[in-house]
Amino acid sequence: MLRAVINSLVKQRFNYVLSEFGQIAFLARDILVSLFTFKITWRDLIYQIYSIGVKSQSVVIITGAFTGMVLGAQTYFQFHKVKMDTATLAVVSVSLCDELGPVLTALMVAGRVGASIAAEIGTMRVTEQIDALRTLATHPVDYLVVPRIVAAHLTLPLLAVEAIVVGIFSSYLVCVHILGIEPVYLWENMLKYTHDVDIVIGLVKAFIFGGIIALIGCYKGLTCGLGAEGVGHATTEAVVYSSITILIANFFLTLVMGKLVGLL
Amino acid sequence: MIEVRHLQKSFGPNKVLDGVSFRIENGESVAIIGRSGGGKSVLLKHLVGLLQPDSGDILIDGENIGPMNERQLLRVRRKFGMVFQGAALFDSMTVAENVAFAFRTQRHLTAGEIAKRVAAALEMVDLPGTEAKKPAELSGGMRKRVGLARAIIYEPQIVLYDEPTTGLDPIVSDSIDKLMIRVRDHLKVTSIVVTHDMRSARRVANRVVMLHEKKIYATAAPEEFFTSSDPVVRQFVDGVADAKECLI
Repeated sequence: MLRAVINSLVKQRFNYVLSEFGQIAFLARDILVSLFTFKITWRDLIYQIYSIGVKSQSVVIITGAFTGMVLGAQTYFQFHKVKMDTATLAVVSVSLCDELGPVLTALMVAGRVGASIAAEIGTMRVTEQIDALRTLATHPVDYLVVPRIVAAHLTLPLLAVEAIVVGIFSSYLVCVHILGIEPVYLWENMLKYTHDVDIVIGLVKAFIFGGIIALIGCYKGLTCGLGAEGVGHATTEAVVYSSITILIANFFLTLVMGKLVGLL
Repeated sequence: MIEVRHLQKSFGPNKVLDGVSFRIENGESVAIIGRSGGGKSVLLKHLVGLLQPDSGDILIDGENIGPMNERQLLRVRRKFGMVFQGAALFDSMTVAENVAFAFRTQRHLTAGEIAKRVAAALEMVDLPGTEAKKPAELSGGMRKRVGLARAIIYEPQIVLYDEPTTGLDPIVSDSIDKLMIRVRDHLKVTSIVVTHDMRSARRVANRVVMLHEKKIYATAAPEEFFTSSDPVVRQFVDGVADAKECLI
């Protein structure tokens, strides 16, 4: 009896997850069709770039600065034991470019922007504004989803670069002014061990994470349940699902890009 | 011309429409009445393709919209204007931006021409000079008028009203009725009004269709409908609850 109930619950959950993936795939297909057929409205795109990119800057700068400072201090504490103090900034730089810059930026933006996209579109759904759009001969994907997806793809790499630059700079300040490391060797080692490919890996990851945040936020908004509770659930799920997807995607991207650039 | 044939729709195990068939000619003004939760709004949303039928056909000017996908439906929807129960105004936009929304992608119209059309549409719904207001600053009746202005600005052939007088006081309801009549007569549109406001149905429609028990129960001209001796029609028109409902 108990086994049958568990089996049924597992089956139900499995079907639910499969159906979610299916619906996201249909949404992705609609986005592609829209991108290739719809002339994107510049005004909508610029507004979304402002909303997703410009308004996220303070969060991203604070994240980048404190991550860089902590990473610099921790690296120094370990490297100082083996007299490798001047390699500190190189480690900070490579870590920020490859992993921490894009991932932490994406997680912070997922919290701010993913939630806001899901709440905005979800509220439009429960107040029939999306039906109103459709009766005005406007495809919701063209008007609501595509500008957000394109804006997120464009802004995330820029935000990641901002976080990386601020992180390295703040780490440099901590290393030189608080920990007393020789600045010239610190800087030279950073330039020596940070390669173009590290920056490219970070940018590619941020580009993909931007799409993940906007896609999941839009999907959760468009499919949210009715009422305030539905919007609340959609918002929470958008943040949780996009954060988890970013972490999982980051692992596979690291492996794939490591293989591509010959690190594996 | 709108024709609905054997329309069936269920939400999960709950069947809402079971073999609904009717026809509306161009220029007609039809009131669809029935109990709350009886499927009137569901039926209305099928006409404009906002919901897909489980089975049955919906023909708009002879074209079956049932099997169409969302992009194909966009072309058909240009024939429709719809006024929603809660107005469904875009709350991030001003009144003028709401009303002009249909022209957003119309590059052949200049900003001046669009502003002129917006002013004319707002004049028609007795709301001149409200262009710069936000929906949150408007009363329920004003929001519905703006919704109507948004629905008629591009001169559709068919205007759908989803419970346009629900939640409004009798005086505002009366003004909305007069507006619907004005739009019908000036723009020569086909009007379909979903309502359970008997006074509104009597004034606005030249045919009344009653939805009962998931089917079309009666269809007649208002004078014939409202004098009908059919017990189901009478009960609804007179607003009399039966014994079972009194217990609830």
